[in-house]
Amino acid sequence: MIKVIEIHKSFGEEHILKGISTTFDKGKTNLIIGQSGSGKTVFLKCLLGLFEAEKGKIVFENKAIQDMNPDEKRDLREDMGMVFQGSALFDSMNIEDNVMFPLRMFGKRKKSDMLDRVNQVLSRVNLENANKKFPSEISGGMQKRVAIARAIVNNPKYLFCDEPNSGLDPRTAILIDNLIQEITREYDITTVINTHDMNSVMEIGEKIVFLQKGNLAWQGNNDEIFKTDNKDVTDFVYSSDLFKKIRDIQNLDQ
Amino acid sequence: MKYISDIGSYFLMLRTVFSRPTKGSVIYELILKEIDELVINSLGIVAFISFFVGGVVAIQTALNIDNPLIPEYLVGFATRQSILLEFAPTFISIIMAGKMGSFITSSIGSMRVTEQIDALEVMGINSLNYLVFPKIIALLFYPFVIAIAMFLGILGGWVAGVQGGFTSSEAFVNGLQIDFIPFHIVYAFIKTSVFAFILATVPSWQGFYMKGGALEVGKASTNSFVWTSVLIILTNYIITTLLLGS
Repeated sequence: MIKVIEIHKSFGEEHILKGISTTFDKGKTNLIIGQSGSGKTVFLKCLLGLFEAEKGKIVFENKAIQDMNPDEKRDLREDMGMVFQGSALFDSMNIEDNVMFPLRMFGKRKKSDMLDRVNQVLSRVNLENANKKFPSEISGGMQKRVAIARAIVNNPKYLFCDEPNSGLDPRTAILIDNLIQEITREYDITTVINTHDMNSVMEIGEKIVFLQKGNLAWQGNNDEIFKTDNKDVTDFVYSSDLFKKIRDIQNLDQ
Repeated sequence: MKYISDIGSYFLMLRTVFSRPTKGSVIYELILKEIDELVINSLGIVAFISFFVGGVVAIQTALNIDNPLIPEYLVGFATRQSILLEFAPTFISIIMAGKMGSFITSSIGSMRVTEQIDALEVMGINSLNYLVFPKIIALLFYPFVIAIAMFLGILGGWVAGVQGGFTSSEAFVNGLQIDFIPFHIVYAFIKTSVFAFILATVPSWQGFYMKGGALEVGKASTNSFVWTSVLIILTNYIITTLLLGS
């Protein structure tokens, strides 16, 4: 579980995060949604420790990252997996080496053990027989699968995903969403996903945090988001024609 | 003000490069890879340029000696001095600022743009140590590149001078040996080592701290060449004044 208490973050004069407090639950897919410029990425980077919040605390299990010494922070990072928007696979390494990378950096396993683990996670993300290919030789969807495999290879307690299905076709996007949700439940990890994709919200939004201009404007789950009368949320949800039409059909049925 | 801040960020980067080392077995592989990419892959162009520039230096010297009182061995002597003192260490380094420096800046800059550096940071890896330290170690072999440039430059001068009929082989070799000061070799390699450090760190700094997209990677590569060349020229002046000036 990750508990966020009143965090603030500014860049110069610009106040990006204005006292956000929330909780991300273990074994659930927690989504951060909001329009571009709402502070989602900054919030995620604060959770990851890439940005330091000026005020407030981010508590992992029982200890705030702000109170950790460098060694504790490093241990915490070993418990984190991250799927980047553009996958961020290392161009110079093949798929196998990309996935093995966290094991080589932190583990003390034998090469054969590491290889077994790599094959195990690649098989879990339905990506077999691609070990020797390079990132440039595989599709965007496959790159995302490799990124997920790399993120979970070290058995993390926390999985962070920044727009994991951006740039993917709708079918592959749903497959990636479902894969993340399955892994979250299977490994019982705390997953935080940064997205503005309403399909993801519908599919896997077990907990949704809606940001608006750096404030937490609403939180709930994927059933509640379609029932709320919060104007910021409804403006966001029904900004797409598809969802407007669904709402209109539902209204007609009633 | 921006220059002061840039210089500050460069020295802060150096401090981080030498802190929190990456796992030994990983860094060993990276060093070998960098030796291949930065040192071995530069040998071809260095050999080509050195040989032909050595030849041109010999021809130019010979063509500019009209006075019969000037001894013929001056062709060999001038070629040796030009190649050993300036051409091989300094001008090859400036050429390497373009070749090696832009490669370093663009490869690290691309990693920045595609979030690969963020991926390293999230994993708790000291990305500066991981990316820059192996380059510094690999470029400890850079003096060998310059030694090859010295040899081939002088060889090029001998081939062009003798085969072109500008001087005799005996006079050229005599010129190479006359008034030879061994400290000049020491001086050349001292400054080569300093240039190697600049070549490894300045382009890395430009790539690591760049912001933006593909266009900015190109701009960072250009800036990297400018900064590296300026620093090489300045340190060349300072080292020459300190070591040969008195």
